[in-house]
Amino acid sequence: MLRELLARIRQGYRTMPYPAGEPVLPDRFRGRPVLDGSACAPDCRACIASCPTGAISGEGSALSLDMGRCLFCADCAAACPPGTLRFGREHRLAAWARDDLVLRQPQPAPQAPPDPARLALFRRSLKLRQVSAGGCNACEADVNVLSTIVFDMGRFGIQIVASPRHADGLLITGPVTENMHLALEKTYLAVPPPRVVIAVGACAISGGPFVDHPEVRNGAAGIVPVDLFIPGCPPHPLTILDGLLRLTGQAE
Amino acid sequence: MSQSPFLRVRNGEASPRREIPRLGVGDLRQGILAAVGGGARIAALFGMPEGEQAIRLVAVLAHAETGMLWLASAEVRDGYPALTPDCPQAHWFEREIAEQWAVQPTGHPWLKPIRFHRSYRPGQDAWARPSAEAILPCVTDFFRVEGEEVHEVAVGPVHAGVIEPGHFRFQCHGERVFHLEISLGYQHRGIERAMVGGPTPRSLPYMETLAGDTTIGHATAYCQALEALSGCQVPARAELLRGIALELERLANHTGDLGALAGDVGYLPTASYCGRLRGDFLNLTALLCGSRFGRGLVRPGGTGFDCEGPRAAELQERLARTLRDTAGAVSLLWESPSVVARFEETGAVSRETAALLGLVGVAARSSGLARDARLDFPAGIFRLTRIPVCVWQSGDVFARAWVRWLEIQRSAEFIREQLAALPEGPVRVPVDALRPDHVVVSLVEGWRGEVCHVALTDGGGRLAHYKVVDPSFHNWMGLAMALRNQEISDFPLCNKSFNLSYCGHDL
Repeated sequence: MLRELLARIRQGYRTMPYPAGEPVLPDRFRGRPVLDGSACAPDCRACIASCPTGAISGEGSALSLDMGRCLFCADCAAACPPGTLRFGREHRLAAWARDDLVLRQPQPAPQAPPDPARLALFRRSLKLRQVSAGGCNACEADVNVLSTIVFDMGRFGIQIVASPRHADGLLITGPVTENMHLALEKTYLAVPPPRVVIAVGACAISGGPFVDHPEVRNGAAGIVPVDLFIPGCPPHPLTILDGLLRLTGQAE
Repeated sequence: MSQSPFLRVRNGEASPRREIPRLGVGDLRQGILAAVGGGARIAALFGMPEGEQAIRLVAVLAHAETGMLWLASAEVRDGYPALTPDCPQAHWFEREIAEQWAVQPTGHPWLKPIRFHRSYRPGQDAWARPSAEAILPCVTDFFRVEGEEVHEVAVGPVHAGVIEPGHFRFQCHGERVFHLEISLGYQHRGIERAMVGGPTPRSLPYMETLAGDTTIGHATAYCQALEALSGCQVPARAELLRGIALELERLANHTGDLGALAGDVGYLPTASYCGRLRGDFLNLTALLCGSRFGRGLVRPGGTGFDCEGPRAAELQERLARTLRDTAGAVSLLWESPSVVARFEETGAVSRETAALLGLVGVAARSSGLARDARLDFPAGIFRLTRIPVCVWQSGDVFARAWVRWLEIQRSAEFIREQLAALPEGPVRVPVDALRPDHVVVSLVEGWRGEVCHVALTDGGGRLAHYKVVDPSFHNWMGLAMALRNQEISDFPLCNKSFNLSYCGHDL
């Protein structure tokens, strides 16, 4: 017992003050892309050709980037003339509408949360069932980490539960494979309404690297209605936590 | 073995495809059996299309004693006499061949699909399933123990934790498990098939997301293959950074696993500390490349990022701190009799069983088999620096935990030494076009075990076939065997002690 107490003292207090404090992100962190089409050379398709998932389209003032498809690999930024396309440090990326993940110039105002009365039910307690439907275990791992002492999402009343019957909603990762779509549908139906659905990661939003494979369904939205989209490959844990806190109304 | 019919190559050494011996299927079969009898191991065994009607079986055997990989092939049409009855480690490979190419390994004792998709030969199916009927995942014959007091427990695909989907069928007598059958395929995304015709801008992301917790392992295996096929020399500095990233991946996952094992026996201090420490190790990878999983770090021709002096110093300092806390958290496990008692003699796999099944990685080393691609088939930095192999004999959960802890210490030591000796120079060079009609086998010792990629180019220098063998592919059967005669309540603990990949298996 003394050994455990001593270890506890040595390990120290590790929970981050988020969302109050400044988030600690690595200097090479790739957050929300920043576009400036005015620097585009005419007929230069370098960024489009370099993108593994077809996330980029247009040029000049029509240049746009779909964060729902983006893997944040930054191959486009490397292919582009400096200043046209770069990855910023903004980690808060979640959106209520699929279309709001598409970055344009200028950016239209994002949609407000849908059905505020339903979401208000989850303000102080949100229990989620996680379903991996073809996920590579990176999104899963960075969802899992939110339950550790570092992020401790339990302090916000958010918890992953073992059964859909105990859950207020689903948190879905993966492109939804042919072999998982039925299980996903059944799990969704097993969650008692009113319920919420959160799609985490490029795969669950668009199919990610597997978009248009015959083996996948290009994300969750074709199977179940998605309320919140959290992009990334995988999203940083703080990006996911920020999304969940927006859903519970604890972050703007 | 002077009569051996195999082509012998080194890890990451490209050869013209015509040098792969083209044997009769009987000779290939005899050759494999003789080689396995002489200490070789099946690293890969797969089919690829040959013309309109035929399938070419390609065998890659790993011969650790000489550090060489042995290749041979044979043409088959609709069937061939199965290897599995004489060579159990072929079991899963032959099921895969049947499923992908509608080739019958006749006499296979356990011929069932492993991923539940249509065969890649239109209209043909090893099980003669009608093409109008959907193939549903894990709808197949399961082994059943009959008897009045025998009951069956089915678990999954959706599990209680935040983990990937898979289906487990237990045949139980009371609490005791007679047999566990594991059926996967829910995560199948068609990666191997999508690699054909590449490389494309998507090829590297496929490799990085093939098993996301092994991003560095699989990306390194892929890049090694491309570099061999194009004749590219990776700069020394990049080789070293890749090695550091590979060991950081091992540190993060092993630490996370030790925490999870503690959690599964209800010992919360270590579970809680290791949950945090795993993230701290992931953040060291993020220090290198911005991504906690190493996305974008390993690139064909080198690495996408450098580790300049101040960054190396920060990495050293944070590594030392994290390792010290890990030592404190993990040592609690070994000092707690209640934990050790739960680990010991739970889920034991004997050395003989591990060898027969062809287990790799932590699972093999915990059953007394000194298998480690870093030492047996060194490539990259491991040609110059050796990490001692960590072996334990007992084959139980304790062994799989203890080997992880030994490896954490040795990997950390490796990183410390390498960071202090980073050579000057570039971290990336351009990669030329791939040589046409060549083959390469690329092995990397990922944190779970041996990652094996086999790439073959066509006449135009595009990928004609790409085979991936995740260590989990060898090891799932090991988990099934570990459960024999265990309490069913020990399943989570046994499962966690293997911590195998579902998506790495399903591809």
